Amino acid sequence: MKKGLSPFNIVSLTLGFAFLYIPIIILVIYSFNASRLVTVWGGFSTQWYGALFRNQQLLDAAWVTARVAFLSATVATLLGTMAAIALVRHGRFRGRTLFSGLVYAPLVMPEVITGLSLLLMFVAIGMARGFWTLTLAHITFGMCYVTVVVQSRLLSFDRSLEEAAQDLGATPAKTFFVITLPIIAPAVISGWMLAFTISLDDLVISSFTTGPGATTLPMRIYSSVRLGVTPEINAVCTILIGIVTVIVIVSSIATKRAAVERERAERMAAAGG
Amino acid sequence: MPFLWLILLFLVPFLIVLKISLSTAVIAQPPYDPSFDLLVDGISGIWEKIRSFSFANYAFLADDPLYYQSYLSSLRIAGISTVLLLLIGYPIAYSMARAPKSLQPMLLMLVILPFWTSFLIRVYAWIGILKPEGLLSTFLIWLGVIDQPLAIMNTETAVFIGIVYSYLPFMVLPLYSSLEKLDETLLEAAADLGSPPIRSFWQITFPLSIPGIVAGCMLCFIPAVGEFVIPDLLGGSDTLMIGRTLWNEFFLNRDWPIASAVAVLLLLVLVVPIVIYQHVQQRQLEAEK
Amino acid sequence: MPAAPVKAALGPVRRAFSPWTDPAAKPLIRFENVTKRFGDFTAVDNLTLNIYEREFFALLGPSGCGKTTLMRMLAGFEDPTEGHVFLEGRDIVGTPPYKRPVNMMFQSYALFPHMSVTDNVAFGLKQAGMPKEERAKRVDEMLTLVKLTQFAKRKPHQLSGGQRQRVALARSLALKPRVLLLDEPLGALDKKLREETQFELTDLQVTLGMTFLIVTHDQEEAMTVADRIAVMNHGEIIQVATPGEIYEQPNSRYVADFIGDVNIIPGKVENNASGNVKLKSEWTDAPILVTNPVECAQGGDAWLALRPEKLIVALEPPPPGTPNVLAGEVWDIGYLGDLSVYRVKIPSGDIVKATVTNRTRLVERPISWEDKVWLTWAPEQGVLLTN
Repeated sequence: MKKGLSPFNIVSLTLGFAFLYIPIIILVIYSFNASRLVTVWGGFSTQWYGALFRNQQLLDAAWVTARVAFLSATVATLLGTMAAIALVRHGRFRGRTLFSGLVYAPLVMPEVITGLSLLLMFVAIGMARGFWTLTLAHITFGMCYVTVVVQSRLLSFDRSLEEAAQDLGATPAKTFFVITLPIIAPAVISGWMLAFTISLDDLVISSFTTGPGATTLPMRIYSSVRLGVTPEINAVCTILIGIVTVIVIVSSIATKRAAVERERAERMAAAGG
Repeated sequence: MPFLWLILLFLVPFLIVLKISLSTAVIAQPPYDPSFDLLVDGISGIWEKIRSFSFANYAFLADDPLYYQSYLSSLRIAGISTVLLLLIGYPIAYSMARAPKSLQPMLLMLVILPFWTSFLIRVYAWIGILKPEGLLSTFLIWLGVIDQPLAIMNTETAVFIGIVYSYLPFMVLPLYSSLEKLDETLLEAAADLGSPPIRSFWQITFPLSIPGIVAGCMLCFIPAVGEFVIPDLLGGSDTLMIGRTLWNEFFLNRDWPIASAVAVLLLLVLVVPIVIYQHVQQRQLEAEK
Repeated sequence: MPAAPVKAALGPVRRAFSPWTDPAAKPLIRFENVTKRFGDFTAVDNLTLNIYEREFFALLGPSGCGKTTLMRMLAGFEDPTEGHVFLEGRDIVGTPPYKRPVNMMFQSYALFPHMSVTDNVAFGLKQAGMPKEERAKRVDEMLTLVKLTQFAKRKPHQLSGGQRQRVALARSLALKPRVLLLDEPLGALDKKLREETQFELTDLQVTLGMTFLIVTHDQEEAMTVADRIAVMNHGEIIQVATPGEIYEQPNSRYVADFIGDVNIIPGKVENNASGNVKLKSEWTDAPILVTNPVECAQGGDAWLALRPEKLIVALEPPPPGTPNVLAGEVWDIGYLGDLSVYRVKIPSGDIVKATVTNRTRLVERPISWEDKVWLTWAPEQGVLLTN
C-alpha cells in the first residue's frame, strides 16, 4: 500500500473515528451532569457516582459479574489453550473438522440461540440455575475465543524450537512449560483478557442461563435502561469504560515499549556486529 | 477434554433444543411435554416418546405471519446494515492501511478500543442522543436545521444506526488486515502499465480485498440477524426481529417449544452464511501456515 | 561483521583419512534397510548407509529427496517405518530425542527467543543436570570457541544472522554429542559469510575430533566441507564417495548432472576391448574413444559425461581422422572474468558447453560469436555412463 494520506483518507478517518467516539464521550460528559435531565446541562457534579456506591443492588451485581468473569476466563483459558494445541499439533485426528466447527460456531452464533440451548440443557439435566450455570455458560463461549487467539499464535510458532529443546534433553512436558508456554504467553494472556471482558459484557446468554441470586451488572443496567436514561447509569458506564480503557492502553503501551527496546537492540546488533 | 466440554455444553444443548422444538407446551415445570427421563422410561419408553414428536410447532410458525415476517425483516435489516457497514467501513479501513506505518498501531487501537467497552453501554449511549428530546434533536433545532424534534428513536433507522455503530470494528478489522497485506508494488506495476489510480483500485486493490470483505460481511451479518439488544432498546414495537421474537416467546409467553422451533429455524437460515464464513476463516488459517 | 584475517582461521591440518575403505572398521552410525513413509509418500526407500567416527559426512540432494528425513530419524524426531538405525552398534529406533547423545543445529537455528545467549547455550547442560559452576565454565568455553563472549547477555533478536548461527552451533556443541547434525546450517547467510563459515566449520570439526553430519542442497558447500558425500534422489542414495570421486567419477547421469556443469553426449557402444570403448554418436562423425573400466554391452546405449573445463576449444580443424572431436559454431559467450564460457551449437542443434581459463589480459578475445570452432578432449577425460 502506498503510504501517505490524501484529503479523502483524512476525511474518512476523521468522520469514522468521530462516529465511533462521540457517543461515548457524550455519555461520559453527562455522567457528571448535576441535572437529572439528559438534555440540560446543570453544571458539574459527581453526585451520581456517590449514589452509585450507595446502591447495594448494583454493587452486588458488580461483585457477581466480577467473580463470574474471573472464574470463567481462567477456566476458559485453560481449556481453550488445550483445544488450540490439539487443533494445531495433532494434525488430522478423527473428528477434527467437527471439533474446529464447534470452536468457530459459538463465535458467530446469535447469542439468543446459544443462550436458549444452554438453558434448556441445564433444565434437562435438572441443574439449579444460578452462579454456576452462569459460569459454565461463560466458560463455553470464552473458551472459543481463547482457542482462536492461541491457535493463530501457535500456527506461526516455529516447531523446531520444541524439537531443539527435546534434542538438548528436555522431556516433552518440560519442553511445553519451559519453551512453548513462555513464548505463547502473550497470546494466552490476551485470550484471557478477551474472555474476561466478553464475560463482563454479556447480557443475552447471561439472561438465559442465570437464576435467582445471580444477577449480573449488564442485566441490572439493561433493566434500568429499559426505563430510560439516567445519569446514574451514565456513571456506571463511565467507570466501566474507564477500567477497560486503562487496561487496554497500559497493555498496549507495554507491548509498544517492548517493541521499541527490541528495535533499538537490533540496530545496536547491526552496528556493533 | 476441551472437546468433551464443547460436546457437552454446545452440541448436546442443540440437540435438546431440537427435541424440545418437537414437543408440546404444557403448563408445568419444565413447561413442555414429553420430557425425557432415562431412569423412569427406559429405552423403549423414550422411543415411544420420540414417536409422539410432532411438527406442530413448525406448522404453527408457518401459519402465523408474525414469525414469517420476523425472519424476513431480520434478514432485511441485517442485510441493509451490512451494506451500510461495508460502505462506511471500507473507506476507514482503506485510509488506515494507507496511513504512515508509525501511525497504524494507534489507529488500530482506536478501532479496537470501543470493541472492548461494553456493547450494552455503546447501545445505551445512543438512546440519549436519538431520543426526541435527546441531544441530536436539540442540537439540530439549535442550528435551525429542523423545528420539530426528530422521530428517530424507536424506528428502524435507529436500529440501523445501532447495528452500524456496534459492529463497525468487526467490519473494519478484517478489511484492514486484507488491505494492509496488499503489496504496494502491485499498484506501482499497474501504474507503470498505464492504469490510472481509480482503475487500479477497482482492478487490483478491490479484488484482492474480497476475502476481507466476505469475512467482514459475514462477521456482521450473522450476529446481526439474531440481534436482540439493539432492536429491543432502539427499535420500536413494530421493529420485528427474530432474536426479539424468540426472547419474547421465551421470557414473556413462556412457550419453550415454540421458542426452540424459532431457534432451529433461525439456525437453518444462518447455516449458509456460517459455512461461508468458516470456509473463508479456514482458508485464511491455512494460508498463514 | 568484519572478516576474520585468513591466517587466524587456519586450524590443524586435515589429514588423509578413509575408514570406509577398511573392512574391519566399525561404523559409528548405521542405517540398515531404512524405509520411511508418510502416508502414500515414500521419503526414504530401503536405504543402507554407514558413517564412521570423526567423519564429516554430507547428505546432498534436491529438496524432497529424503535427506532431511534421514537426519531427523537419527535425531529421533521421526521413526523409520521399516529398518534399523544403529548408533555405536545399538539400535536407537524408539529412543526419544531427549535421550539420544546426538544434537542438531536447526536450519532456522531455533534459538529460544525468550532466553539470553548464555541460557540458550546452557539449556542442554541444565537438562543433563550439570552443576551450576561447571555449567558456567562450559558455556564460557563454548562462547569463546565461537567468539561470542561479549554477547553472552543478549537475546537472540539482538544478534546478527551470523552471530545467531554461531550461538546455535555453540548450543548444539555444548553437550559434546557423539554426532552433530547440521540441517542446512548456512542457508540463511549471505554468500561471502557462508564461504568463510564453511571453512570455520571444517576447522572446528577437525579441532574437536567429532563426527558431523550435514544436510545441504548446495553442492559447493558439500564439496567444501565433507569427507564423503551421499548424493540422494527420491529417497535413495545414488552415490556415496569423496568429493573428488563424485566429481570426476560420477556413477550416473543424475550425479554427473547434479554436481557441477556437464555435457552428456549420447551414443551407442561400437566396440569394447579391454577397457577401451569406442562410441558412435549422432553428435559427430568422428569416433569417440573412452578409457573406462565400466561394463557395457556392445550395441547398447551409453553416455559420455564431459566436464566443460576438460574440453579444448580450437579455431582450426584437427587433422582428419582424429577421434573425440565436436564441430560447431559459437552461439553464446559468457565472460566471468577468470573464465569464459562458450556455448557451442553443433549441427544436431544441441548445445555443448566449454570453459576456458583466461590466462592473458587481452580484452579482445580471439574467439567470437558465430566463429566456427572444434572441441577436442583426451580419451581419459570423459566418463562413460550406462544408466
